[in-house]
Amino acid sequence: MTADQPAPAQPVNPVAGAFDGVDPEPGVPKPDPILVVDDITKHFGGLRAVDVHHLEIQRGAITALIGPNGAGKTTFFNLLTGFDRPDSGSVYLNGESITRVAPHRLASRGMVRTFQLTKALTRMPVIDNMKLGATGQIGEHFWQALLPVWRRQEAEIEAQADALLERFNLTHMRDEYAGTLSGGQRKLVEMARALMTDPTIVMLDEPMAGVNPALTQSLLGHVKSLRADGRTVIFVEHDMDVVQDISDWVVVMAEGAIIAEGRPDDISADERVIDAYLGSHHDSDLFEEFENEQANEQDNEPGSPDEHA
Amino acid sequence: MSGQSWRRMLPHPSQRSRALHMSTRASAMLILVLGAVFGVLMGAGSAGAQTDDSGPQAIFGQLDYEDVEVQEDIVVPGVIIEVDGVGTSETDDNGEFRIEVPGPGPYVVTLDVDTLPTSINLRNPENNPLNIQVREGSDQRVLFPLIEGEAGSGDDSGGVSFRRVAQLTAEGLKQGLYLAMAAIGLSLIFGTTGLVNFAHSELVTWGMLSSFFFNFYGLAGVIGFLAPLPPPFGGGVNLILAAVFGMLCGAALGYVLNRFIFRSARQAGVSLIAQMVMTIGLSILLRYFFLYLFGGSPRTFGDYAAQRAVSIGPIELTPKDIVAMSLSVVVLVAVASYLEMTKMGKAMRAVADNRDLAESTGINVERVITWVWVSGAALAAISGVFFGLDQVKWDFGFRILLLIFAAVTLGGLGKAYGALVGALIVGLAINLSTLVIDAEVKNMVALLILAVILLFRPQGILGQRERIG
Amino acid sequence: MDWGFILERTISTMFGVEVMVFALAAVGLNVHFGYTGLLNFGQVGFLAAGAYGLGITVTYLSWSFWIGILFGVVYSIVLALILGLPTLRLRADYLAIVTIAASETIRLLVRWRRSKEITGGAEGIGEFADPFYDVSINPFSVGVRYEFGPFSYVGRDMWVLTVGWIVLILTVLFVKRLMSSPWGRTLKAIREDEDAARALGKNAYFYKLQSLMLGGVIGGMAGMLQVIQKGSIQPDTFNPVITFTIWAILILGGPGRTWSPVIGSMIYWTLIAFLENVLRDLPEGASETLEDTIGLSDFNISQVRFMLVGLGLLLLARYRPQGIFGSREEMALDDR
Repeated sequence: MTADQPAPAQPVNPVAGAFDGVDPEPGVPKPDPILVVDDITKHFGGLRAVDVHHLEIQRGAITALIGPNGAGKTTFFNLLTGFDRPDSGSVYLNGESITRVAPHRLASRGMVRTFQLTKALTRMPVIDNMKLGATGQIGEHFWQALLPVWRRQEAEIEAQADALLERFNLTHMRDEYAGTLSGGQRKLVEMARALMTDPTIVMLDEPMAGVNPALTQSLLGHVKSLRADGRTVIFVEHDMDVVQDISDWVVVMAEGAIIAEGRPDDISADERVIDAYLGSHHDSDLFEEFENEQANEQDNEPGSPDEHA
Repeated sequence: MSGQSWRRMLPHPSQRSRALHMSTRASAMLILVLGAVFGVLMGAGSAGAQTDDSGPQAIFGQLDYEDVEVQEDIVVPGVIIEVDGVGTSETDDNGEFRIEVPGPGPYVVTLDVDTLPTSINLRNPENNPLNIQVREGSDQRVLFPLIEGEAGSGDDSGGVSFRRVAQLTAEGLKQGLYLAMAAIGLSLIFGTTGLVNFAHSELVTWGMLSSFFFNFYGLAGVIGFLAPLPPPFGGGVNLILAAVFGMLCGAALGYVLNRFIFRSARQAGVSLIAQMVMTIGLSILLRYFFLYLFGGSPRTFGDYAAQRAVSIGPIELTPKDIVAMSLSVVVLVAVASYLEMTKMGKAMRAVADNRDLAESTGINVERVITWVWVSGAALAAISGVFFGLDQVKWDFGFRILLLIFAAVTLGGLGKAYGALVGALIVGLAINLSTLVIDAEVKNMVALLILAVILLFRPQGILGQRERIG
Repeated sequence: MDWGFILERTISTMFGVEVMVFALAAVGLNVHFGYTGLLNFGQVGFLAAGAYGLGITVTYLSWSFWIGILFGVVYSIVLALILGLPTLRLRADYLAIVTIAASETIRLLVRWRRSKEITGGAEGIGEFADPFYDVSINPFSVGVRYEFGPFSYVGRDMWVLTVGWIVLILTVLFVKRLMSSPWGRTLKAIREDEDAARALGKNAYFYKLQSLMLGGVIGGMAGMLQVIQKGSIQPDTFNPVITFTIWAILILGGPGRTWSPVIGSMIYWTLIAFLENVLRDLPEGASETLEDTIGLSDFNISQVRFMLVGLGLLLLARYRPQGIFGSREEMALDDR
């Protein structure tokens, strides 16, 4: 993938105007929330990592989750996606509780996530990465796998995967090992693979992290195209410029709590946000290291000692 | 030095590991036959007229018991046997005794149970004293079946008496203390490098074997021409000095393994999983190297081998156990102070806690890892020496691998103090478990502990839940 | 030295019982480690489960040999569940710790004095395999020696080998078919990154459990074939070195490849047989020298072999974790 490849045409914003009349206050109700969070807390040892009283996510919009390093964004993300269990509180998806639901069950409920450190399945071809994403595969059951009953479905999945690769300009890498892709291409594969689950809500953890700046615009275009498909997008980011460009609504976290919410313009003018960024930037080396360390752990270790499911 | 020269010098060449391959039954037969031949020869030698019906006859036998962990017969020297009205004898290094009697007739044979080693008891205490009949023209063998653990535990699990609980608690504490020294190193290596070192148990054996070696041969065993010099160059040295040598050998091996194998692997970016497989390979390599050099038979150190137990209240322990246990406490306290007070110790904990954070604060992580390997291996070696007070064996470490892992997991992988607490719990639990189960399978309790802790608190009792991402 | 004889013996090894049994056990480990990334350091436990499942059913329960085979499979599945249920939710190292500990515990348990009635204790179990040799479709006579060019096997082994190689090849094809299905794709995804698979809706825990069971059953079949050939079950043959030999074989062939367990096993046993045959057949003077200088004799030669297994495993894991035939390219992709 190179910089001169065209970004997808700017899609129209189907939720333009949805936030009219919504106050830029933390915990404010939204007209049509798809995801609702109530009183979620998470502690690590003595450290309060997340403490969110109330948050609603508007259906069909792009919501950015921002905050300085160590603000608890990734932990909050893990709590929402079932990769970590909250100490208390609940999460509702479309009005149904998904608190403590195992992450693999969320995919069939329409929620899918990506990771800050891209999880391309390196020793598998790109096309297999894609096909893995499809849900409800007959051939994923042990005994059915032995019989040819899944062949037809497989052909459909493959066609769907090829269409998505085309859309993400990855067709030429179709049969290469995912490990041979560049960082930006891996981000694209991960996003395309997530779409294979046909999600209603896509959670992207720092989709621009580690991506060649030349590719950023193209990636942003793809994120916007998800909204054009009618999907809800939540993404973690700490670059305010990126956030300004694509998000409909911004949620700001600091020290585990939500300190501000609002349209991008509201946020960039918000004193608290500026304080949170500047105030913690010059003395937050420790936290920064914490987050980097977490990121490394994610990369190095085969799993975690915590229960997964 | 060559393997052969070491093997040749070993104290019991007849017990070379060839015997290991024989079935128990065959070796029992062999002992019986040899015993009979031996008895005949001895009789002939001392009396000179064995064929004469009126000549002196003897009561003889051999004391041994089956070590339940290694499933081998261990002979018991230094036990006093008395034939009423005739005389007494002490069993020799092969556990054999022989008392000449004036002639055929009934005799009463008594085994002095106070002279049995700790934890070794008569299987059937009611058969002591034993009434026997010596027939004309042949020596009479007497059997005193021995068993490790409480008397009668072979048939039932014994009663729960205060005395027994106290004794088992002491044994458990002993095992836990020795185990802790092995476990701390493993846990720290995991904490600082993320590597589960399956060869760690071989470091325990290494300490045991190298101190055994110095105990018997001194440095001359390594460098032959030193032989004419006085100890420690020429001959064997006292066990206490040998233990120090063993510890140094442990530290040296730890350094070498890290420096030449695992550091280069880390630098080449070899994955942790591949490194784990490497430790598995290393573990077999070392273990069979030990077998090759040492042979398969269990042995004991040259000093303090057959001590009598002293009573402390309801507990019976040998002086060497008391000394070793006290020393373990000293070592563990020293390790704790080292971790708490010294710069390097603090750095070790910091790296184990959060490697990247530690690195960013200017700690030289590689240097810390080197010290963790060196001190972890030295601790494992001391643990090996102390365990070796009971028995020295080529695969001892591997036999306690499960216990070490149970201890480390129980305490929380990577936590130094967790390993200490875990080791004490494991030691106590498996020994106290013999109140209700056979000693032979007590180590399975460790597996049970491991499974339970993984099911309900995988981060260990001292560990904290970690973040995922 | 008789090189002809040495070569003949070595070549016969290539399709011998050891190659077959260890290849099958390695196929199981390949399912675990090669395809799913599970660190099973106790494969010998599955061999024991299969062997004792068969032996106990035939001798203690006095049921038929063929039901015994079924029980060998059942025991392997039960063992997989016992090992997997507590550990597979956790980080990969925990399975490694539990499997290495459990496989040794199994050995102690079956040779325990109190299990004697059921497992035969330290002496093990004999007299259970006759129905295997007595089936009417067995075309070989027990006492006859069969020779095909350089290959030479006794009649009893011929029948085990025939059945064993058919089982082995069918199993490899079975695994190949599974791994090219969406089920196998999911396993590989879990091997590459478990969290990614879970985020995409795959119940990684369940797949890992299935993988552990499948590889365990294959290990159990290897154990059954081994004891059928021996005609007896000895607890001490199920020692940890077997597991590590299987690991060496798998990594030699290259984990995650269809035929690598078979190729690895052939290479391993051919090398070992060649080495042993050469050493055993050394001229008088040479073997004397070896014995005098490094103490190497017929009697401790197997110890040297295990040392080589360890060294080989160490070096392979360090320098060629993708197997000796794996490409550099693939190695670069290895998650490091």
